[in-house]
This record gives sequence, C-alpha cells and structure tokens, in this order.
Amino acid sequence: MKTLSGIPASRGICIGPVFQFLRQELIVAECKVDDSQKEIKRLEEAIQIAKDQISSIYEKALTEASKADAEIFQAHLMILEDPELLSEVKKKIETEHCSADFAMKETAQTFSNMMAAMADEYFAARATDIMDVGNRVLRILLGVAESPTASLKAPSIIVADDLTPSDTVLLDKSLVVGFCTARGSATSHTAILARGLGIPAVSGAGDEVLAQTTGSTMILDGTKGQVILSPTENAIQDYEKRIETAKTMRDASMKHAHEAALTLDGRQVEVVANIGNVEGAHSSVQNGAEGVGLLRTEFLYLERSTLPTEEEQYQAYRAILDVFGQMPVVLRTLDVGGDKEIPYMGLEAESNSFLGQRALRLCLVRPDIFKPQLRAALRAGVDRNLKIMFPMVATASEVRDARKVLEECRAELRAEGKPCAENIEIGIMVEIPSAAVVADQLAKEVDFFSIGTNDLCQYTMAADRTNPKVASLSNAFYPAVLRLIKMIIDAAHAEDKWVGMCGELAGEPLATPILLGLGLDEFSMSPPMVPTVKQILRSLNAEEMKALADKVLQLETPQEIQEFVKEQVPFIAELVS
Amino acid sequence: MKETTVMVNNKVGLHARPASLFVQAAAKYSSNIQVSCKDPDTKELREANAKSILGVLTLGVFQGMDITIKADGEDEAQAVEVLAELVKNNFGED
Repeated sequence: MKTLSGIPASRGICIGPVFQFLRQELIVAECKVDDSQKEIKRLEEAIQIAKDQISSIYEKALTEASKADAEIFQAHLMILEDPELLSEVKKKIETEHCSADFAMKETAQTFSNMMAAMADEYFAARATDIMDVGNRVLRILLGVAESPTASLKAPSIIVADDLTPSDTVLLDKSLVVGFCTARGSATSHTAILARGLGIPAVSGAGDEVLAQTTGSTMILDGTKGQVILSPTENAIQDYEKRIETAKTMRDASMKHAHEAALTLDGRQVEVVANIGNVEGAHSSVQNGAEGVGLLRTEFLYLERSTLPTEEEQYQAYRAILDVFGQMPVVLRTLDVGGDKEIPYMGLEAESNSFLGQRALRLCLVRPDIFKPQLRAALRAGVDRNLKIMFPMVATASEVRDARKVLEECRAELRAEGKPCAENIEIGIMVEIPSAAVVADQLAKEVDFFSIGTNDLCQYTMAADRTNPKVASLSNAFYPAVLRLIKMIIDAAHAEDKWVGMCGELAGEPLATPILLGLGLDEFSMSPPMVPTVKQILRSLNAEEMKALADKVLQLETPQEIQEFVKEQVPFIAELVS
Repeated sequence: MKETTVMVNNKVGLHARPASLFVQAAAKYSSNIQVSCKDPDTKELREANAKSILGVLTLGVFQGMDITIKADGEDEAQAVEVLAELVKNNFGED
C-alpha cells in the first residue's frame, strides 16, 4: 500500500479499478508494397469506417456537447471527403509503391504543413483538423483502438496525464467513478468537469499513478487530495465505511435540498450554483440551487473555428435563463486570455498570460467580441432575472468603460426596435488584489460583487494555481486571502451592496462558518455541493460565527484555521472526515 | 466548357463557412470544376479543384479578389451559374 498526495480537485471518496487513459503513439514505417490496388482498397475501407465513426461522434456531440463542438466533427468529415487529399494519397501509393498507412501519414502531414505555413490563425486550426483526421484513418489502418476510452466497459477511475475537453466528450460518464491526473490543478478542465458531475477527483498526483496497470485497485480521496495505490483489505473496508457514511449524509441533505438556507438565528443566505451549460442548469435545479451565481460563457467560444454569433449566444443564454424562470442568473462576460486556445480570435501569446490582456481587458479593446455578447445577454434577459458581471477588474475606470459599452449596446438594440432587458444589476468579479484594496471605491460603481477566490488567491499569494510545486501556497484559507475577503464584504455592505462568492472556497464546508461570519450574502458553487452547504448553513448561528471569523483572521496558517473550525463546529469535522 | 469571373465581396473571403458552402455546392455537379484567382502580389495564376475544401482554402481568396469559375461537363452551364450566384449573394451571409 502506498499513499500519494495530490491536489484535491473534487470532493468525495471512491474505490475502483484503474483505467489508464493512454494516447497511443502511431508509428508508421516506410515500406514498399507490390500490390498497390490492394493498398488502395484498404485505404478506401479505412476511410469509410472513419466517416462512419465521425458521423456517430457528430450525432453524439450534437446531443451531449454544444453545437460548436459538433461543428468540428463536421469539418473533419469534409476533409475526409476531399478529392485532392484522396487523389494525393492514391497517387503516392501507385507511384511510390508505399503502404496506405505511410501514404496517408505523409499526405496529411504535407497538407497540414501547407495550412500551418499560411501564418493565419484560421489555417493553423485547419492544420490540426487535418492531422486529427489523418490520425483517425491511421488508427483504423493500424488496428489501434479508436479512442482510449473505447475499451472502457466497467465503472472505473480514469487515470491520465491530464485530460482535454475533446478527450472527455467521448467519455461515457456513467462509467466514471473518479478522475486521477498526474498533472493539472484544482481548476483544470478535469477538476471542473468532476465537480459538475459530483465525482471525486485528484489532480497533480504525480507520474507514479501512470504506472498503475488498468484493472488494479485504487482508492481516491478527492476531499483530501490523496491517492492510495495497492490498498490493503483493511484500508478498503475502512474507506467503504466512509463512503457509506458520506452517502447517508448526502441522502439526508438531499431531502432538504429544496428548503431555504435559513441560519439558526434566522438569517437567510442565498445558495446558488456555478454552471457552464444547460446540463449544469438542470443539475442546479435538481440540487436545490436558488439560481446561478456564476454562468461561465467560455463554453460558447471554445473548440470552434469562428466567433459565436449574437443570435447563437442569445439562444444559448435564453435556454439557460428559461430553466431558472425568475430565479437570479449572474452571467459572467467572456473570461479568456492568451493561455486558452482560441485560434480564431487571433490572440497573441503573452509571456505571462495570467497577468496579461485577458477577460475584461481583452473585451474592452475588442468590441467585435464584447458587443455581440452583451447584446445577446441583454436580449436574453427580457422578463428574466439576469445580472451581468465583468471579470478581472483592477480599477474603477474599467467598470465605467464596460458599463459604457453595455449602454451603447442597449441604445443600439432600442434603435433597432429589439426588446432588451432594462434595470438589470451589474456587478464585478473581485479577484485582483487591487480591486479588493479599493473595494470601497468600486462598490460605488456596481450593484454587487462576486469574489473569485481562485484568482484572488493566486494573485495575492503570487502562486500559479496550475503549478503543483506551489500548490500548498495556492490555498484560500491563508489569512491574507481571508482578510481581503473581509475587506471586500465590509466595503460592499457600507454601500448597501450585496456580495457573493463563486470561487472554490464558497463550496468548501470548512469555510462555510467563516464566510457566514464575515457576512457573505450569496454562496455559489458546483451544483452537487449545494445540498451540503445549505445543510451546514441551517445548522449554524450567524451571530456566533462572527466571533469565530474574527478569531480565524488572527491565526497564521490554513492548517491552524481548519483545525480551529473543526474544533468549534464539530459536526463539520465529521462531514469532511 | 463554361466560365465566368466574379468578385468575392463577403467579409472573410473564401474561408471558413463560405468555403465549405462553396465546396458543398460544387460537389453537387458531375462536371469537372476549377476555381482560379490571381495572387494579389505576384499576379501569378493559382488554380484549385472547386470540390476540394483543402484546394479552395489554400487558394487564399480574400475580400475584394476576383475568382474565375470554370466547369467542363454535362451540367457545366448550371454549375457555373449557381456557384457564381452563391458568391454574388455573399454566401447568404452578411
């Protein structure tokens, strides 16, 4: 038995067989073949199979993922049907007497290089598409499994280096009991996906997890961020008991999920969800969320070749708003920067993209991106409880600039005679220390704040949240971060504005008493955490937690703070054990 | 053989969705269809199979450039007419 420490990425415990998610390398050697006709026949058969595969993935992506994801596969289909590509491959087989595999690989490479050389972001993306398609045909010719997950047949813990959105589109989520990645962080794609599904996950567990064979048993503790390899019978029994206890507690909190989060002394706290698509919206409602504290809009922009149109965005936002009726939905405008792969936006790579021209900074210089989104949101918000929030605000003038663009959009829509939402609340994410420091000034410019603890923590502690080496510093329980949170809440309340929190800390049971004590008005988290946090809030006395929060701010380390909370509120200690 | 020359006026030129609409339309005809344009810098003539998305994309046709559509086969007249119309209508966009 061996215990490894990683980063807690999604709460919960699971025991299961390992499934190694391996991307096989495709090795193709050059070899001479006498029977060219036979090779051409092999090629044609492989292409037909590839077409069938892509068509079925396309159908699947249409129902499961966004339309934008699906579009990529349609582009793949067109490449596969391309007469130039096909005649090139065939010509190569006939004149050079090489195998179908080799001819396919070489030709895909040539076309891909040609596209990549055109020094245009759009073509760079097509270059990747051609290689993807070429590799699919190669896998078929070589008899390599279509996707690493094709052989996933029983419920398993997915173990991988790291996973991308395209890796997980094809994953049968009903067969995933946990995620364990060697790299990645608490905020990587895998972590966000796992939290949305309510599945335990550990990130950054190190290369040793990749050496575990498929089928071997592993215990994953996503709450503590631990991975246990080759567990003893005793350890398995112990964890099975914990899983059972957790399930009982979860079932109990689920029973009251739809009741309000009213503290013992009668303070009503809003508990809402972080979502990024319509599935998340449904999951929120099932888990008793009272609305949305963070609607991420990036999903509309990723993995596609052109900007989403205003109409497309309007449809997507409206579909989500419709799920919530009159419940509040806080839409965050586009939050991307040079670290995200959005080739068609033509973003320049920056040496430090977390400190670069991202999120609102980017939107303010790119009205071609910003305005369609704001117009779509204003139109979608008609007769709904929509609120708009700007991410990555450092100064008050940025808020004024953003509001000006919003007013321009409203004026345009009115002039065009299109209905648009009036009197909607406008807020900002407080996630940059400078914004926290001048929160008193910013509070005059907005209707609400939402504290983004992931970035606030990263910028305050100067610790890259994607770097496992400094993961211990990337902890929002540090008093430096908690004191900033107090400043933000106090500044907003002085101006009679409300404050929410949509970072990870809001869904962390050990933080609930502290945040309640600091006066947080709205807690926003991944939908599966909603019932638990509601239950905790209902068991606490808000007045008493003020004293607890005051003491916590005087402690020095996250460990001391967490121990203190467990001591003061023993029932939470049980919940997180 | 039939041929006609039209100016590409839509914003992105023969790229992205317009390129794929063009290729899909060309694929409906049995005629052999070629599309060509002059390189704006070198004035060199570039030509591609109109039924090939890769060919059409690598032509690099941007807004304001003239393209020549040439068809040879049974349905050549209709092919040239429909494809030219598609370009003139800005591919049904903007």
